[in-house]
Amino acid sequence: MFEVPSLSDLNVGATLPVTLLALGACVLLVVDLFIPRERKSITAWLTAIGIGVSLVFSLLSLSGAVEFGSGELAFSDMYRADRLTDTINVAALITALLGVMVAYDYLERTRLQRGEYYILLMFSAAGAMLMGAANDLVIVFIALELLSIPLYILSGFRRPQEASEESAMKYFLLGAFASGFLIYGIALIYGATGTTNLPEVWDAVAGVVAEDSAAKFLVMIGAGLVLAGLGFKVAAVPFHMWTPDVYQGAPTPVVAYMSVAAKIGGFAALVRVFGMGLSTFVLESGAPAAWQDTIWLVAVLTMLLGNVVAIVQSDLKRLLAYSTIAHAGYILIAVAAAGTAGLEDTAAQAVVIYLIAYAFTNAGAFAVITAMEKDDASNTSLDALRGLASRCPWLAAAMAVFMLSLTGIPLTAGFVGKWFVFKVALQADLVAAAVVGVLTSAVSAYYYLRVVWMMYFEEGEGDAATPPALAWAIGVAAVGTLVLGALPYLLSDMAREITLAFGG
Amino acid sequence: MLSEYAPIAALLVISVGMGILILFISRIFGPFRPTARKLAPYESGMEPFGPAIRRIPVKFYRVAVLFILFDIEVIFFLPWAVVFRDLGSYGLVTMGVFFFVLTVGFIYEWKVGGLEWE
Amino acid sequence: MVPLWMYLLVAAGLFSIGMYGVLARRNAIAILMSIELMLNAANINLVAFWRYNQPAQVGGQVFAAFVFVVAAAEVAVGLALIINIYRQRRSVVADDVDLLKW
Repeated sequence: MFEVPSLSDLNVGATLPVTLLALGACVLLVVDLFIPRERKSITAWLTAIGIGVSLVFSLLSLSGAVEFGSGELAFSDMYRADRLTDTINVAALITALLGVMVAYDYLERTRLQRGEYYILLMFSAAGAMLMGAANDLVIVFIALELLSIPLYILSGFRRPQEASEESAMKYFLLGAFASGFLIYGIALIYGATGTTNLPEVWDAVAGVVAEDSAAKFLVMIGAGLVLAGLGFKVAAVPFHMWTPDVYQGAPTPVVAYMSVAAKIGGFAALVRVFGMGLSTFVLESGAPAAWQDTIWLVAVLTMLLGNVVAIVQSDLKRLLAYSTIAHAGYILIAVAAAGTAGLEDTAAQAVVIYLIAYAFTNAGAFAVITAMEKDDASNTSLDALRGLASRCPWLAAAMAVFMLSLTGIPLTAGFVGKWFVFKVALQADLVAAAVVGVLTSAVSAYYYLRVVWMMYFEEGEGDAATPPALAWAIGVAAVGTLVLGALPYLLSDMAREITLAFGG
Repeated sequence: MLSEYAPIAALLVISVGMGILILFISRIFGPFRPTARKLAPYESGMEPFGPAIRRIPVKFYRVAVLFILFDIEVIFFLPWAVVFRDLGSYGLVTMGVFFFVLTVGFIYEWKVGGLEWE
Repeated sequence: MVPLWMYLLVAAGLFSIGMYGVLARRNAIAILMSIELMLNAANINLVAFWRYNQPAQVGGQVFAAFVFVVAAAEVAVGLALIINIYRQRRSVVADDVDLLKW
């Protein structure tokens, strides 16, 4: 006979932010059916309130003011509510909130105003949050799908526009292909270790390596396949091919949301799986984890390709798509650093700091493009930027802030992120990766500053419309970028206590 | 081991052999006088029209997709059904949550007209 | 009993066939079917590992159930997207997916 758990063992309290969000999305799905088509602003408001409530709970939990639930583990050890979970929750929810604000007016003027947009966005935010909380490979997989499936639909939301539908199909086919890799890799890890629970995997992997059996190869291949699957989601080379096409074709507000949310989820899962579960996968004693070399090599390739190809782009959305690839490379350096014993926590902190800084900056940059874009999805080329500063000085200033932050100029959030990433890379002796990172940052300055140059110093017809919600989103993102950059301790204090639990 | 499968193998051989044998015998001894009508595909006495492989209205796909979703979700009831007496109220509540989510999907499907044929 | 490695071999074969299908086929529906093959290969692995290594715990079996439920959701979304494209262009040939082959 087995022991029947009781409801209080589930510890639902600890999962409150994500549970509330998912529940809210379910309820809203029904409520939205009774809201007439021309009054969808109600749905948008309800969504914003739902995300806001969840954000408040996450922040309360993060500040330690209120203790939700009893202990870290919930749902039979499937869910871990620790510091990393809280910070990832905050990042994902802020992104979702910006996503709603950016989308509202765009949907209005392109006649796409449907409640499903906001509900899908909520579901996918819940997926990103669950990825950060995963304590089990099953949750990693389900959360990844919960994050991705709404994103597939959202990228095709602008129908019957062909580019949008095509980008949705491409994103879907490649995303599903990637989840095939992920699930096969998880199956092999399960076969080698006999468990899918991450702390137990952590325990078992050390034993597998010690006894030097065939299971070692299962772990190796499994880790590689999981890396490929998650690499697809975060757009790491050589799995980045979908990014420019999908980001160019999908509606711009969707890109503003998904370029950040998919990265938050993907990197949170990478940290959980590699930093926590597989960090004992050390083939020679004293050496870093066996996957470290692979990941930093991927990071170097990603940074090089993203930054170099971005230089020759003439479309702003495509340029930023390559820029998101490049930024995936920077964060991957920190993930690689997690392979050095003793640095797991510092590396996880660097990843979180970078992600939060990136959330404000990148969502803001795409919000500016949303403001520029015409109803027929045109006017997103670099040329459209010419003379923007004279017509829309505030918008141009915000865009300049985002570009400087993406470059990594001091006093912007982007600099803080890069600082922590390169620092942990040096601590982990990944000097080559750090050097490539700094050099490619210098290269990236060329195309980011060219955007600023075109806005301010070239004559042209650059124009944009900023309705209130969008203006607020851009304002919040710009202020966030500047404040986090000027007061870096905000981020580092928030991340300082992030620890990955080991050995159950 | 493998010998346990011997009866199945024997059955397989006999049934396949019987089938071939019957076809063979009827081909040799039976009269064979084909007409155009006899060679036409059998459609329950209806007049056959058009090829069998052709486009089907998209409505069928929609119904099929909706069916697959709800059909497969039922798999989660199965393990619960096996032990639901032992799980007691715990099982009932957790299954209630699952059923709630499923019902939300169903209400949505119904209200947006996914189940309407015309 | 049939040894474990045979199951793993079948699964690896299925996975490879699926991967070949995704990379080589042009038809979006065929690609979708190939992806299903890959997911089912992983399912064979999960169930085989469960049966041979941990028959006392249902972890692997339950995971397999999750995989195919999620796969069904994925297929539903995928088919809807493909039908949408078909209505636009009267074709489901995913020419653009050849980007993978570089």
